[in-house]
Amino acid sequence: MNARSMYQENILDHYRHPRNAGELPGAEAHTHLSNPLCGDEVDFYLNYDSAGRVADVRFTGRGCTIAVAASSMLSEKVKGMTKADVAKLSSSDITELLGVEINPARLKCATLGLEAVHKAVGGDR
Amino acid sequence: MFLAEAIKKDFPIFKHNPGLVYLDSSATSLKPQAVLDAERVYNEVCTANVHSGLYDIAVQATDLYEGAREKVRQFINAASTKEIIFTRNATESSNLVANTFGQRLGKSDAILITEAEHHANFLPWQKIRDERGCELRYLPILDDGNLDLAALPAMLTPNVKIVAVALMSNVLGIVNDVKTIIDKAHANGSVVLIDGAQAVPDMPVDVRALDADFLVFSGHKMLAPTGIGVLYGKEAILNDLPPFLRGGHMILEVSKEGATWNELPWKFEAGTPSIAAAIGFGAAIDYLQKIGMDNVWQHMSDLAAYAIPKLQAIPGLKVLGGALPPPPTPSRNKSGTGSQAGGEEKLPPPLQGGGRGGSARGAIFAFTIDGYHPHDIGTILAERGVAVRAGHHCAMPLHRRFGLPATTRASCHVYNTTADIDALIAGLEHVREVMA
Repeated sequence: MNARSMYQENILDHYRHPRNAGELPGAEAHTHLSNPLCGDEVDFYLNYDSAGRVADVRFTGRGCTIAVAASSMLSEKVKGMTKADVAKLSSSDITELLGVEINPARLKCATLGLEAVHKAVGGDR
Repeated sequence: MFLAEAIKKDFPIFKHNPGLVYLDSSATSLKPQAVLDAERVYNEVCTANVHSGLYDIAVQATDLYEGAREKVRQFINAASTKEIIFTRNATESSNLVANTFGQRLGKSDAILITEAEHHANFLPWQKIRDERGCELRYLPILDDGNLDLAALPAMLTPNVKIVAVALMSNVLGIVNDVKTIIDKAHANGSVVLIDGAQAVPDMPVDVRALDADFLVFSGHKMLAPTGIGVLYGKEAILNDLPPFLRGGHMILEVSKEGATWNELPWKFEAGTPSIAAAIGFGAAIDYLQKIGMDNVWQHMSDLAAYAIPKLQAIPGLKVLGGALPPPPTPSRNKSGTGSQAGGEEKLPPPLQGGGRGGSARGAIFAFTIDGYHPHDIGTILAERGVAVRAGHHCAMPLHRRFGLPATTRASCHVYNTTADIDALIAGLEHVREVMA
């Protein structure tokens, strides 16, 4: 079994008190993604400033601890980033944010929010 | 309970993983030393291909392989080894039937399965529906997880050519009243395929007492190695079907013009089989027969009776299909093990009255806990050495029926004890502490 629990305080904190939670009506970008295998789903909302950087971000959804915590941490990270930089974020960035080794079976949970954000900056609504 | 910690000693995995609480036998079962030894003997002592070798070790290998087939025949009380086809697993077996029997179906025909089926007894029939244009119907489940047998007569119209149903659900643990389904189907002129993947490892199954036309099951769920499964089919039906896979071993003659097929069972065994795994399968059957399948089933029922009340006592926890059956009547199968019943028509205990009112129930528990995601439950349990499964368990339509994307599932076999259940309960209480 894992040497170190995935259920660290920082992850549990983001799960219990997700940052930037909520909708952003009229957002410039809004994407929805779900994982039918487990029922996790997430909506991401983004607004950009005149320089094309992420000015405001929100997310809603339901999911496991890792999915919610990763989305919450990601939402903090992307504030102020350009679309190009957001597009470059990878699953290892997510793992770094979470700060603990993620069981390969849970990687899809961790990257659900990232996929939604990638879809958003890619121009899909 | 007779199956004490002693059984665990037969399974080397517990030496490598002390303290392992393995509650995922519905996914795959652990392997006793005797099975591993049997495989190793083939690989070290008489490694040869089967059926056509003239030399000593080839004869030995063939004897062991065909000997395993005879053990399977006895285990399910089939009439002949011609009716025992080795496949890779239950999934391949159901695909074999769908792609041979199913290919004769046309637009005016219908197939009847249930909404609780595992994807292996679901998708092959959808393929036939899409390819052949026939209708695919789903017998519904009631809220308590039992099949809605009252709906059966209306769905069993004369154009239903085949009915396919699981004997025990891999999610609900409920034993379905397949005898009633088989009787009604036969009266209707339909054949019946029984998915025995979860049931055959846990209870005595007698194909002649049931009068099943097809039975599919997997070795790896019943203490045997991965890579070996069985299709049982009545000889007359199998003789009438074309081969599925084609290649070596399954022919009599081949020319540029065509080929003639080997007799049963080899007509359906193309290419070199999983010889080592089949021999291991034979040893697994020996191991289970020594315990006695009546006793295995008693153990499963006892674990279910122990576990379910404790699970349901946890706040917010619901076991799918969690109603326990009434205590069984004291009468037992005369012969002790259903598989040695010979020509006896009496059904073994779990199949008597199964589904008619108080259904029999195995040691499979799929549950939800309000406010906790199955992934979190499963992972926190895993971090404490308790192995369960989280997800849809290859039964998405069943989960959809209950409005759930996923559940957490614990399942038992011969090596599990009440101490394992206690560890599960303690782990679930720990989940609440972590997530609070």
